[in-house]
Amino acid sequence: MSTSLKVNGQVHTVDAEPDTPLLWVLRDVLGLVGTKYGCGVAQCGACTVHIDGVAMRSCVTSLARVGAKAVTTIEGIGANPVGAKVQDAWKAIDVPQCGYCQAGQIMSATALLAAAPKPTDDEIDAAMNGNLCRCATYIRIRKAIKAASGQVEA
Amino acid sequence: MDAILENPSRRLFLKTGAAAGGGLLLSFSLPGLVRAQGEATANPFSAFVRIAPDGVVTIAAKRPEIGQGIKTSMPMLIAEELDVDWSAVRIEQAPIDAKVFGEQSAGGSTSTPDDWEPMRQVGAVGRALLIQAAAQRWNVPAAGLATEPGFVVDKAGKRRASYGELAQAAAGLTPPDPKTLTLKDPKAYRIIGKAQPQSDTPAIVTGKPLYGIDVRVPGMLYATFLKAPVFAAKVAKVDLAPAKAVKGVRHVFVVDGGTELEGLLGGVVVVADTWWQARKGRNALEVTWADHPTSGQSSAGFIAKAAELHGQPPHRSLKTVGDVDAALKGAAKVVKADYSYPFNAHATLEPQNCTASFKDGKVEIWAPAQNPEDGRELVAKTLGIKPDDITIHFTRSGGGFGRRLMNDFMVEAAWISKTIGAPVKLLWTREDDMQHDFYRPAGYHRLTAGLDAQGGLVAWRNHFVTFGEGTKFARAANIGGTQFPYGAVDNYAQDVSVMPLGVPTGWLRAPGNNAYGFVYQGFIDEVAYAAGADPVEFRRKLLGAPRLIGEPGKGDSFHTGRMRAVLDKAAEASGWGRKTDKGVGLGVACHYSHRGYVAVVMEVAVADGKASVRKAWAAVDVGKQIVNPNGAEQQVQGSVIDGIGGALAQAITIENGAVAQSNFGDFPMLRLANAPQVEVHFVLSDNPPTGLGEPALPPSPAALVNAVFAATGKRIRTLPIGDQLA
Repeated sequence: MSTSLKVNGQVHTVDAEPDTPLLWVLRDVLGLVGTKYGCGVAQCGACTVHIDGVAMRSCVTSLARVGAKAVTTIEGIGANPVGAKVQDAWKAIDVPQCGYCQAGQIMSATALLAAAPKPTDDEIDAAMNGNLCRCATYIRIRKAIKAASGQVEA
Repeated sequence: MDAILENPSRRLFLKTGAAAGGGLLLSFSLPGLVRAQGEATANPFSAFVRIAPDGVVTIAAKRPEIGQGIKTSMPMLIAEELDVDWSAVRIEQAPIDAKVFGEQSAGGSTSTPDDWEPMRQVGAVGRALLIQAAAQRWNVPAAGLATEPGFVVDKAGKRRASYGELAQAAAGLTPPDPKTLTLKDPKAYRIIGKAQPQSDTPAIVTGKPLYGIDVRVPGMLYATFLKAPVFAAKVAKVDLAPAKAVKGVRHVFVVDGGTELEGLLGGVVVVADTWWQARKGRNALEVTWADHPTSGQSSAGFIAKAAELHGQPPHRSLKTVGDVDAALKGAAKVVKADYSYPFNAHATLEPQNCTASFKDGKVEIWAPAQNPEDGRELVAKTLGIKPDDITIHFTRSGGGFGRRLMNDFMVEAAWISKTIGAPVKLLWTREDDMQHDFYRPAGYHRLTAGLDAQGGLVAWRNHFVTFGEGTKFARAANIGGTQFPYGAVDNYAQDVSVMPLGVPTGWLRAPGNNAYGFVYQGFIDEVAYAAGADPVEFRRKLLGAPRLIGEPGKGDSFHTGRMRAVLDKAAEASGWGRKTDKGVGLGVACHYSHRGYVAVVMEVAVADGKASVRKAWAAVDVGKQIVNPNGAEQQVQGSVIDGIGGALAQAITIENGAVAQSNFGDFPMLRLANAPQVEVHFVLSDNPPTGLGEPALPPSPAALVNAVFAATGKRIRTLPIGDQLA
């Protein structure tokens, strides 16, 4: 069935069942493949997007639950000044190894910095612990968050 | 058919060839690259470099990028000797063609040692051709010309020409024999040895399609493949109708499958317009699986069998030096301990997947693969087609760690596409991935050491119970006969017994070593304490005078002087010997693997039954030159933390012939809050550069458990640590 879905500021009409997780609408229906599948059960964070600015796991968020709310993905986060700053820090510090988790990491980090512009280590731990990095780029993730928030130099 | 991907490498390098933007492909002979047993001349033309008129230099990266940084570091070698500015370089993934590019796998940390010279030669040949083209243009001897980045310069004639201007003429010249060219003095390096960012980072942080899972080809459908929990069990009974009734589902069919664990196995395939629809169709299936001979195997059973075998004489000896029994009888002190570790999964964050398009007896494949030529053979054999009728494209891999050396996902996708007659993307669920891996085999070691009255090591025996049959080991369950302290003790025995296994096993990052580092460096630590010696001092004494020990040229042979140097560096950097708070300890380990020497010290605090690493120091000798210090630091930090995560909590257990774990809830991997700082020190030595994807992992679990002992007095001999400190 047809539903309208707002992604990165653009309204799309999508043909998908209401119980379809947002992840698969983004990837397979809209072709926005930057958001990644890792576990399907909200345990790895690779699928993290923003829904009305809040970091959510798109693999367990149905199309019906999104409704008219605004979805932002890694493809659109650069339009947000905080998101752009996070992406710049990720580049300057060269965070990724395989890179597969990094879209989710950037979405979680952007949500953190929007809420806490100068996060403490404890706040970083709490906000980022749902995002698994199999290559263990954690040292650089922490550094990039501090660089994006102006607490260290990139 | 073109896939929608950011790096349409095949199009760039093969289809447009000489015409691209008016620039020309530099093609030249490089026999050293093609190594297949004396067939070096089969088609020795390489196509690594394209120079556009505006001076942009496009360099092909021939090996797959799995997060190890090879897509950046190997083109750095070419660019250095070609003598161009790194900012002028664009990198593309090379097409898969062994006749042109030689070995295109990623495994065993072999890329750097194998390509260090040939890739620099590629650049040097290119530079020589450009000089020759300028010499002809100016009608002067080539010997009088030099290069500056991107230009050939005639100092005497006070003139210069850009590479872009010369490329077309250079491409028509006969390339010189690379052996006749002098490579740069390392002191003149402008690119090698300077930290360069990974080339795909900008695309990664903006969510561009790069990975296997991102491939889309026109008319593509999506597939999921339900396999039996018990490996290689077949479908006994299934009603396909409920899956077919799900909206969007196009095909549901049974795959009979074979018996080879690395090949096409039995199961049920569901294909739909979207992956979620296929998944819903699969959820509607109820499959009865046929009985299988391995359905009774279990981790508990293996542990019991290992204990039984430890009570019996070993099946065979891999190495015996001196008389261990006599030396133990005469020893002042005998130390005995059993060490073991579980099966472990690769758990690449990108689940296994592959896109295939079968048409008219030929198949085109897009795969996150580490070893595509084996995949080609497997697909050819299974589908009954010629290897030459298979085209494989690399995608970036969302982690490899050895999982993608196997090509089961590739043959499945090809089979499904052939069956349905349409292009298809097969994507495994996380549960499929966790339960159908090629696991790091579990292992069971009984160790005995003898000390003399002065605390010197006089005898060492390991009775290793592993998997296999007769004299054949299961994949990655093998061990060499000369593991250290071989060569450092007069009486040494490496014994082995095997038990049969029906679980698929494979190479996990630093195969063998990821477990033996824990066992040997853990037990050596115990022996050091039993001798009343400081753990670093005891290791120094064992290493002794600088020399090569083991069998020269064999995998386990190594130089004690190089190990001593990294041990000293890690001890110094960590402030070894300093006082620590109560409940905090320092642990050390050093291990040689994949031609790399690594010592790790960890500071670990134990509280509330949990060990947490406060900081780690790693000292690493991988030769005289770190190619890309940026990537090198990433690999060492990642490997050390990977080792910590595995040691703390990761285990795959077999119950009723199947894997008990299914997702990250019951297979917990290390998270950001538990990741320590890892201070990395490179110790340069006068040896050719070697790889870094693996060697920093093996000492890490041992440094952790040795620090736990220093902190608590509790010796961890079984991984994972889990709740053993509670």
